[in-house]
Amino acid sequence: PGGTTKTRRPDNTAFKQQRLPAWQPFLTAGTVLPTFFIIGLIFIPIGIGIFVTSNNIREIEGNVFMYYGLSNFYQNHRRYVKSRDDSQLNGDRSALLNPSKECEPYRRNEDKPIAPCGAIANSMFNDTLELFLVANESDPTLMLIPLKRRGIAWWTDKNVKFRNPPGTESLKERFKDTTHPVNWLKPVYELDPEDEDNNGFINEDFIVWMRTAALPTFRKLYRLIERKNDLHPTLPAGRYYLNITYNYPVHSFDGRKRMILSTVSWMGGKNPFLGIAYITIGSISFLLGVVLLVINHKYRNSSNTADITI
Amino acid sequence: MQRESGSAEEPEPPGRRWRRREGRTRTVRSNLLPPPSAEDSVAGATKGERLQRLGCVQHLADNRLKTTKYTLLSFLPKNLFEQFHRLANVYFVFIALLNFVPAVNAFQPGLALAPVLFILAVTAFKDLWEDYSRYRSDHEINHLGCLVFSREEKKYVNRFWKEIRVGDFVRLRCNEIIPADILLLSSSDPDGLCHIETANLDGETNLKRRQVVRGFSELVSEFNPLTFTSVIECEKPNNDLTRFRGCIIHDNGKKAGLYKENLLLRGCTIRNTEAVVGIVIYAGHETKALLNNSGPRYKRSQLERQMNCDVLWCVLLLVCMSLFSAVGHGLWVQRYQDKKALFDVPESDGSSLSPVTAAVYSFLTMIIVLQVLIPISLYVSIEIVKVCQVYFINQDIELYDEETDSQLQCRALNITEDLGQIQYIFSDKTGTLTENKMVFRRCTVSGIEYSHDANAQRLARYQEADSEEEEVPRGGSSQRGSIGSHQSVRILHRSQSTKSYWRTGSRAEAKRASMLSKHTAFSSPMEKDITPDPKLLEKVSECDRYLAISRHQEHPLAQLSPELSDVFDFFIALTICNTVVVTSPDQPRQKVRVRFELKSPVKTIEDFLRRFTPSRLTSGCSSIGSLATTKSSHKSGCSFMSTLSNDSMLLRLEERLGQPAPAIDSNGYSTPADSWEPNSPQEPQPKQELRFEAESPDEAALVYAAKAYNCALVDRLHDQVSVELPHLGRLTFELLHTLGFDSIRKRMSVVIRHPLTDEINVYTKGADSVVMDLLLPCSSDDARGKHQNKIRSKTQNYLNLYAMEGLRTLCIAKRVLSKEEYACWLQSHLEAESSVDNREELLFQSAIRLETNLHLLGATGIEDRLQDGVPETITKLRQAGLQIWVLTGDKQETAINIAYACKLLDHDEEVITLNAESQEACAALLDQCLHHVQSRGSHRPPEKTESSVNVGFSPLYLASTTTTVSGPSPSLVIDGRSLAYALEKNLEDKFLFLAKQCRSVLCCRSTPLQKSMVVKLVRSKLKAMTLAIGDGANDVSMIQVADVGVGISGQEGMQAVMASDFAVPRFRYLERLLIVHGHWCYSRLANMVLYFFYKNTLVTGVLDKDVPAHVLLLKPQLYKSGQNMEEYRPRAFWLNMVDAAFQSLVCFFIPYLAYYDSDVDMFTWGTPITAIALFTFLLHLGIETRTWTWLNWTACVFSIFLFFTVALIYNASCATCYPPSNPYWTMHTLLGDPVFYLICLIAPITALLPRLFFKALQGSLFPTQLQLARQSAKKFPKKPKTHKEILVQKHFPGDPKTELSEGMTMSPSETLSKDCASEASQNTQQPSCSLKTSRELSTVDISMPLREDTMQEGLDAQALGSSRPVEAVLEACPEDSKRKPTSTSQEPPLSSLFNLPSFGSLNWISSLSMVSGLGSVFQFSRSSLHMDKQDGEFPPSPPQPDQDLHGLQGQATDYF
Repeated sequence: PGGTTKTRRPDNTAFKQQRLPAWQPFLTAGTVLPTFFIIGLIFIPIGIGIFVTSNNIREIEGNVFMYYGLSNFYQNHRRYVKSRDDSQLNGDRSALLNPSKECEPYRRNEDKPIAPCGAIANSMFNDTLELFLVANESDPTLMLIPLKRRGIAWWTDKNVKFRNPPGTESLKERFKDTTHPVNWLKPVYELDPEDEDNNGFINEDFIVWMRTAALPTFRKLYRLIERKNDLHPTLPAGRYYLNITYNYPVHSFDGRKRMILSTVSWMGGKNPFLGIAYITIGSISFLLGVVLLVINHKYRNSSNTADITI
Repeated sequence: MQRESGSAEEPEPPGRRWRRREGRTRTVRSNLLPPPSAEDSVAGATKGERLQRLGCVQHLADNRLKTTKYTLLSFLPKNLFEQFHRLANVYFVFIALLNFVPAVNAFQPGLALAPVLFILAVTAFKDLWEDYSRYRSDHEINHLGCLVFSREEKKYVNRFWKEIRVGDFVRLRCNEIIPADILLLSSSDPDGLCHIETANLDGETNLKRRQVVRGFSELVSEFNPLTFTSVIECEKPNNDLTRFRGCIIHDNGKKAGLYKENLLLRGCTIRNTEAVVGIVIYAGHETKALLNNSGPRYKRSQLERQMNCDVLWCVLLLVCMSLFSAVGHGLWVQRYQDKKALFDVPESDGSSLSPVTAAVYSFLTMIIVLQVLIPISLYVSIEIVKVCQVYFINQDIELYDEETDSQLQCRALNITEDLGQIQYIFSDKTGTLTENKMVFRRCTVSGIEYSHDANAQRLARYQEADSEEEEVPRGGSSQRGSIGSHQSVRILHRSQSTKSYWRTGSRAEAKRASMLSKHTAFSSPMEKDITPDPKLLEKVSECDRYLAISRHQEHPLAQLSPELSDVFDFFIALTICNTVVVTSPDQPRQKVRVRFELKSPVKTIEDFLRRFTPSRLTSGCSSIGSLATTKSSHKSGCSFMSTLSNDSMLLRLEERLGQPAPAIDSNGYSTPADSWEPNSPQEPQPKQELRFEAESPDEAALVYAAKAYNCALVDRLHDQVSVELPHLGRLTFELLHTLGFDSIRKRMSVVIRHPLTDEINVYTKGADSVVMDLLLPCSSDDARGKHQNKIRSKTQNYLNLYAMEGLRTLCIAKRVLSKEEYACWLQSHLEAESSVDNREELLFQSAIRLETNLHLLGATGIEDRLQDGVPETITKLRQAGLQIWVLTGDKQETAINIAYACKLLDHDEEVITLNAESQEACAALLDQCLHHVQSRGSHRPPEKTESSVNVGFSPLYLASTTTTVSGPSPSLVIDGRSLAYALEKNLEDKFLFLAKQCRSVLCCRSTPLQKSMVVKLVRSKLKAMTLAIGDGANDVSMIQVADVGVGISGQEGMQAVMASDFAVPRFRYLERLLIVHGHWCYSRLANMVLYFFYKNTLVTGVLDKDVPAHVLLLKPQLYKSGQNMEEYRPRAFWLNMVDAAFQSLVCFFIPYLAYYDSDVDMFTWGTPITAIALFTFLLHLGIETRTWTWLNWTACVFSIFLFFTVALIYNASCATCYPPSNPYWTMHTLLGDPVFYLICLIAPITALLPRLFFKALQGSLFPTQLQLARQSAKKFPKKPKTHKEILVQKHFPGDPKTELSEGMTMSPSETLSKDCASEASQNTQQPSCSLKTSRELSTVDISMPLREDTMQEGLDAQALGSSRPVEAVLEACPEDSKRKPTSTSQEPPLSSLFNLPSFGSLNWISSLSMVSGLGSVFQFSRSSLHMDKQDGEFPPSPPQPDQDLHGLQGQATDYF
């Protein structure tokens, strides 16, 4: 017919006719076995690299991080995680005086709003750890290792997420209509007696605590021990003395407290798992590749490598 | 369907108790009458009558059609209610609401509600839209107009269909559609007849005759509704189309019976009758047509059902997991209960939760947390995927039909994947398998075969060129002229009927009307223009000339040689031995015009004749005794009538009779009165085009054939038939009796008085099986007898030949009755006619008495043209493991013929025929057949079956024939009545069991309801996936009942299409629809759903293609994977679940261990897990995806990109906005953490290693059929389909002989499957195959009668080409390179196509044209000059416009 242009004839395009050029891999031993070998060949070296790195982390060189560790503390408990008011922590005035319902039952105490409210804040770790170097075996004088209280929290947390209530008055003034959490001994604006700027909601210990751990056994950064110069190790070998002001009960949850001193490599703290995992998976993959090779030889299936077909 | 009318009460809406009391009848009276008085004559119905009168609308359904489900008000509640039938929806809403329970501590409960609401809204909108389109179509139908008599205005006024009520008088004109079931009271036809076309009801396009109620036809004046005071009592509304009983009670207490011949059914079309008037008996939803339509059904795909089942498993799994964690949580809480752990947050009142409460809460929480286990987006995604699949199916260019300019339409969106799982196909015959066009193909007269080669060639050309504009070179210029005239006439006719019919119609209505009128029965040029065989034409005209000279002699026919006399009689028989009605294209019939001047032309002629013959034989009252005495005078009367054609009075009469005297004018007279021909000025042709409207299309075909031999039927009245011959002029045969066709006699006869010889002749036309047995036994002693015997055996041979060709054969025979014999027979016949009891039986006996001692004249072969590619499609579908049943309303013989033609039945295959007259007989017959089939199955030797088969069963006169030849499995043929018995509760199991054993099942004479019952039965009892395909309204219920309904568009109105899920233009497209798209859709969706339980994906569901189309088409067996549900089965589900569990463990524990005892917080730990999960999904999908297109790549890259972008933006957007979660800056921190990358690398790979490994193992060790096919497809990438293949396809006509045989088609594919095992053997195989081909070709070369030099050249070229593939294959196969689209490298498919089983002489015409076409193409491809043009004109896309082909042919001939 003359009016072919007006017909309902569908377009003869590759897409509409489902004739797009396509790669059609066909999974047989022959086609798949290179993949296995490649995986094996890549993974094993990576694994070895990671393993070596992880094992090379020495605990006392460079900046040393001081952690406290808790085990069996379920900071990821659903009800627990919810029990906070981010608006309040962000310095919102109304939320400060009228915290979110999520904070119940740690919302108000004696008709005063709790700041910071909620179970997370209420259960904040409040032991004090002090590290002393026994400078000399014979000399019992202890040398206090300077522990840096700042720089342990995420920058965004300290500057964006957590803010004190606005105002020019003193912190105490700004928190005046609130009360401290039930379990706390001192109010939030007195958390760091030494540094005025590290108080209130932007106290870094507090911020670290508020970043709830994912797993029941966790560590949290407590202090930084900065290296002074390159010549001396940050923590020279010797006897150390750890002074713990015990406030935090762990019996209630059958937990344990730990103190960890560690440096970090490019891939974080010491954890041999990844290295081992890489090596294992690489080996398994290599092995499976061999199996497939055998099968491929036995059942000589004429399977070509994938090519472009139409 | 012998049903009690009372049993059909179930469609009655409840709450009409008053009519129940009334019994089984309905009483209808005119709405024009004043309310009936108390002394109403109809006893017992007084109360009902009054009620009915007071408010017809309340009690009797009005004519309004309502198929919508909702109203504006009820939409929301009703739709929601329906949606909540989906268990998943309920579940989702439950989950969403659960989120709002504070105790479960959900994060952001509002968010959970959104997707559910979205799903509900989308579905609701879809439903609303569907319902609205239903409403619109209802509205259109309801507002069709028709003429209803109004009491106030005392005339017929235009009303809408919906306003028609029972008791109204409706006046219908020609070509109008009948709006309700109407009792015919008056017709403009002088004989009180009305022709209707019932295509919308039963799919038969022939005209059916309806009669005015007895007593009304004698009315002299025009029928006046106001005077109609009779009361009609009839059955209650039922769905039996073939039955109507009732009586009409006149005022004077007289009763007259009403039969189905008096009833005009809704949906039929008035034809050939100018106007009729009737009273509405049933209206609206009570009409038989609508009662036959079972309502629409929500179709749910099988995959979806299975999916729902798996969703339930998921729910169970979810509950188990939640329970597990709840118990764990309870124990854990108990552990810390007394200690008041710091992290244990007490209730707001300070008390801590008891472990049990905590566990319960935890359970609910877990359900919410783990709800992803049940993919909420599954349903929405599936809908989207299906929409995309539908889009692709719609867009498939190979499903586009050039002729009708229509492509496949998917009307149901939710069952695409069912296409891949069909097990049973139920097909209509007429218009579905066949084109519903009967074409005269060949005939044998007096033992001499006339093969009509020119005609066959012409038909072949029609096949090539159906486009109308195309100027095709034809045999003779006269042919072209007649085609031209035909077209102009058709256009004229169309415009006129449109005008006359639609006075106040909208454009859409007008379109519909023109569509309807275009489709009047049997008028395609293919059927009408028959090129006569020159030899036979010569003989006919010789007879004609001779008789014209000797007509006045005493025995004109006796002078002719026996052969010529046979020829003459043969054509007379062809012309008059039928019930064909002649009309001229300009409707309405002119016969009608005469009516008002003279009461009836027939009567006038009768009177006219009566002046010459005191008594007439045809009038039943005439005494037989007077026959002998009036012999001479009668003779003179007859001869007067035929010979005195110059008599002006008679001439005028004849003209008034309708056909303006055809101006062949060899007799020397011309039409004197132009005023009788209203259309003559518009007619450019001198010859008036006649249209033959027949009850069965083959009758029309025969009449057209006779007309091609200048023996034209020009007029038929109820007692005379006129035939026009060029020299002889008009011969008018007095029609004494017509003994109609019935399926038991399988023949029909007319008894006429021959105008030339004045003898009484019986012409019988019937199935060869019966007619050959009725021939006059002739002694082999005398020469004449010997000659006769020879003729018979020759004819029998030709008949066998015809049957082999799949032609419908009819024998034509004649008997000359002496006056005494006739008188004797007439007496008994009249007795039979007048008898009250078993009248039919007696008439039957009477007919049998008459049809004996016949003299064989000849036989005809008619082709009920199959649609293109039907046998091939059926073979392919069979190979794909589909059972094909044909359910047709046609008679048994026709159905069987077609079944043979389309290779549904095989000639060397046993056919079990079930014809039973009663329930018991049917049961017995079934038992016998079952026994027989089982015994066949048990002992294998085929010789045994040959002897044991005769299922001897013949109660009364029914024939239970069992043709027995040993075959793989028998076929079953069952007629409508037996089917009704077999479908009864107690027999259906047996019937099904029998049917299951059979290779194919043929149900003839089945009503629409029976069709749907059969489908329903198979669906429910065999638990099989069913597909119903049909084109007419009679298939609607079947289409609706089947799992998948396919309508064929464009042939018989749109009812079937409207009801269908898919509409295809042609039957042959079913193959691609099922085997390619069905498989793809199924495989895609199955994989997607399986994967979906794991994670959503869209692209795979839409685009994944496991096996390319050409391989699927080549190996239909692959379809079985869908039938057996191989891709989506419980095992796969559970394996996937196990794998998913493993993967989730990996995804959890690798980060867990990597971050163990670190300062990681919840979000910094959770985000990598999400990332890992994403990578794992994508990799998993990568393994599952079988076709990677750039879209897949894009989708994968995009999801990764999206994930990171969204995460980055989300994590940076707001520090406090999403309480209680606070993932601020997490992603950014993570991106700086090398451990994150390390985890993301190792975890997904670890998670997927096992899957990949096992996939590879499975692919190597236990590959499935599909995988092998994929592999072979890759090894032999599809050669782009070029014009050569197309040409070959195009040149295969419907002629079943040229079908690619099964073995042929299979041979390449078998090579394909084998080659996976060994490349070497394959390499040797293929060349040998092509070698064989070339050998075959050379034999063709020799055996074929070469007519023209061009053909020779074409063959040479072909032979030349065929020698090439051998080399080509030898080179090309081993290296498996991509083939350049040049002719040499494409030889393999071509040569395989040429591996035809038999180039017999029977079909040498079609094969010749094919070869010549190929030859020309070879010429083309060899000439570099034409290369560009060829590329331009023949893109490597399969369906070629026809004119391209012709252009090619034309060029080719030029070229040679």
